[in-house]
Amino acid sequence: MIRVEFLGPIQKDALELEITNLKELASILQETPEMAEWLENSAVAVNDTLVSSLDHELKDGDKVSMLPPVCGG
Amino acid sequence: MLKLYDGGLPVASILEEWYNEESTSNYGAFIPFIGTIRDEDGIDGLSFDIYEPILEKWFEAWRVKAKEKGAIIKMAHSRGDVLLHESSYIACVFSPKRRVALEFIDEFVEDFKASAPIWKYDLIKGKRVYALDRSTAIKGSGILGVTH
Repeated sequence: MIRVEFLGPIQKDALELEITNLKELASILQETPEMAEWLENSAVAVNDTLVSSLDHELKDGDKVSMLPPVCGG
Repeated sequence: MLKLYDGGLPVASILEEWYNEESTSNYGAFIPFIGTIRDEDGIDGLSFDIYEPILEKWFEAWRVKAKEKGAIIKMAHSRGDVLLHESSYIACVFSPKRRVALEFIDEFVEDFKASAPIWKYDLIKGKRVYALDRSTAIKGSGILGVTH
């Protein structure tokens, strides 16, 4: 099971998904209307490390986080 | 040293603490940056969400970069609501000579704005409104929006 968390202003509860890579996650989220505004501008982290490619395998227990645009300070 | 506070930062005591911690460390330069909330656009203040696990990794990478230059960094940031004229962010660099600290504080604060996992909201009539127009997509964003 993969836990997917939506951070900051993305108003969405975490998901628990049976997926094995980020491409599958992309397909699922692209079919979720409420995510449309966030997919193009959010970064993705796996187990709290940012990733830059969808070619990222996931293993049971991994945590995926979506990080929308930031503005600290 | 990274420390998070609920609400506005106690600026004077943080600066005093940092100064005292390094007062005999033989650094020739101590350069703080203090960010405060301006009264503009009718806001009552700002509010912040922070994702701490990635913030800590981001800060650790900068701590190592600073160490390579013989410098150290310290940072404090607010969680939750911060009212007008209060401070939500303080960063500082200590280094043996001024040039390193002056350059490093600039790079560090710019990357902080672009990369640190912190989300800002305007406080308007008791509501939190995400400041999307002032926010920056983290480098590498958008991979989940690519169709294949």
